[in-house]
Amino acid sequence: MIPERWLNVALAAGLLAVPLLAVAAGETFTVTLATKVAILGLAGAGLNLALGYGGLVSFGHAAFFGLGGYAAGILASHGIVSMPAIWPVAIATGGLAALAIGALSLRTTGVYFIMTTLAFGQMVYYFAVSWPAYGGEDGLPIYVRNRFSGLDTLDPIQFFALAYVLLLAALALTARIAASRFGLALAGARQNPARLQAVGIRRYGIALTAFVISGAITGLAGALYADLNRFVSPAMLSWQTSGELLVFVILGGTGRLWGPVAGAALYVTLEHWLGGVSDYWRFLLGLLLLGVVLFARGGVIGLLSGPPRHG
Amino acid sequence: MAEPVLELCGLVKRFGALAATDDVTLDLRVGEIHGLIGPNGAGKSTLVRQITGEITPDAGHVRFRGRELTGLDVAARAQRGLARSFQVSSVAPELSVLQNVALAVQGASGRTYRFWRPALADAALTNPARAHVAAAGLAGREAVPAEALAHGERRRLEIAMALALEPRAFLLDEPMAGLGAEGSTELGRLLARLKATAPILLIEHDMDAVVSLCDRVSVLVLGRVIATGSVDQIRADPAVQAAYLGTRA
Repeated sequence: MIPERWLNVALAAGLLAVPLLAVAAGETFTVTLATKVAILGLAGAGLNLALGYGGLVSFGHAAFFGLGGYAAGILASHGIVSMPAIWPVAIATGGLAALAIGALSLRTTGVYFIMTTLAFGQMVYYFAVSWPAYGGEDGLPIYVRNRFSGLDTLDPIQFFALAYVLLLAALALTARIAASRFGLALAGARQNPARLQAVGIRRYGIALTAFVISGAITGLAGALYADLNRFVSPAMLSWQTSGELLVFVILGGTGRLWGPVAGAALYVTLEHWLGGVSDYWRFLLGLLLLGVVLFARGGVIGLLSGPPRHG
Repeated sequence: MAEPVLELCGLVKRFGALAATDDVTLDLRVGEIHGLIGPNGAGKSTLVRQITGEITPDAGHVRFRGRELTGLDVAARAQRGLARSFQVSSVAPELSVLQNVALAVQGASGRTYRFWRPALADAALTNPARAHVAAAGLAGREAVPAEALAHGERRRLEIAMALALEPRAFLLDEPMAGLGAEGSTELGRLLARLKATAPILLIEHDMDAVVSLCDRVSVLVLGRVIATGSVDQIRADPAVQAAYLGTRA
């Protein structure tokens, strides 16, 4: 068993080394893949806060991801092309959407919570499809990638650096929250809600706060993803996207800090290599996921470093 | 001499035609352990849940420290100092002993929305938590995950969490269940010390424990309190003998 801390360091180093080596070798597409891993890992890190740490199985996180993407696309279409201006808007959009959706969904638990978040996610999706002002079903292109002063965001490695730094920041924030008083209450809410109430802490407020932070982080990832593709469409809001985000977290290890990054890395790698081999690569992905759920409940991180250490 | 901390007044709870709680009036006074006994199905748990706020009575009042509790939820009642243990041990299994108790300290302090400082580096949380862990006889076990504790230790952890609420009353739902003779005796000693901190409403099956610990006993049968008094008075009560103790002879 590898201690989780070392595994995290290895993942961080690997995710940085791959694109640097690829640049040296002139393989810019690999840099783009690594950027995709960092951004999807960031989106998964957002979901992990709700799902892994709070036990809130959200099947609607595509809403926050897509709304973050649309925040970037719509601002860009109105001439606001500075990333430091766009990101807070994407964070706020994701967070506010999570506040509205969470405030209603968190009155339910279990399967009903899953279905309610799915329903809200689909509402946002169909709204985007049917609202023609920003491309409707066809989506909205971002003609030139948004800017970050001092950097050339069209240079793949520089854009990767931005995504990587934001990922590290989000994971540091997650670790900090998980160890805090709030994190303790969130763990209590996941493990034993009745006990949490009996010590005088209301589950609803704790869960809603975690859901809002979760949605905000996923919203930020959405803005980056829109910039990566220079395109945002309702596909980002679809339930399939929600499912993929769940897959990253579960594949990597729910409630493990770097789990979503490991999951996203595995997913993107499989998509790239197996996708080249067969159009039916998702079938193999399904088998893998089945294997993880049946035999490796802690995902990749749990498989390599064992059950989580107790503080 | 002693004023009531907790008063139940004419509580009624019906499930369909069944009156699970039927006009129950009793009180819990400073410094006492008040035993609540009754055969299975007497409505003990239903009564407890009306006190904690998990279910709402159809009629009657629960007063705590002179104030009506009606309309307050479980968390609000806990913050007012009503500490309960569950019939089936209820802790956060993946958290350590210290984290579980720290969570209760945090609940009592009302300061939960702190996102930055590590909880276990917060002396305002860990110092009282360690003291309560020790008071419940779990010193040295702070870092052990709750799920790895033996049954008796988990009972003690619940007591430590109840202590952390700085309670004005304990509501202990069958704390002796499944402990065995030795474990029961040990926990009994702990409870006898605890009643100086706050009075205890002890819901219990274990007659020996009730006899040795309780200052007063109420007997609940089919949702009704058929007798309240000292252990001797209860033993001598013909209605109790017929309904409850008699079945043991």
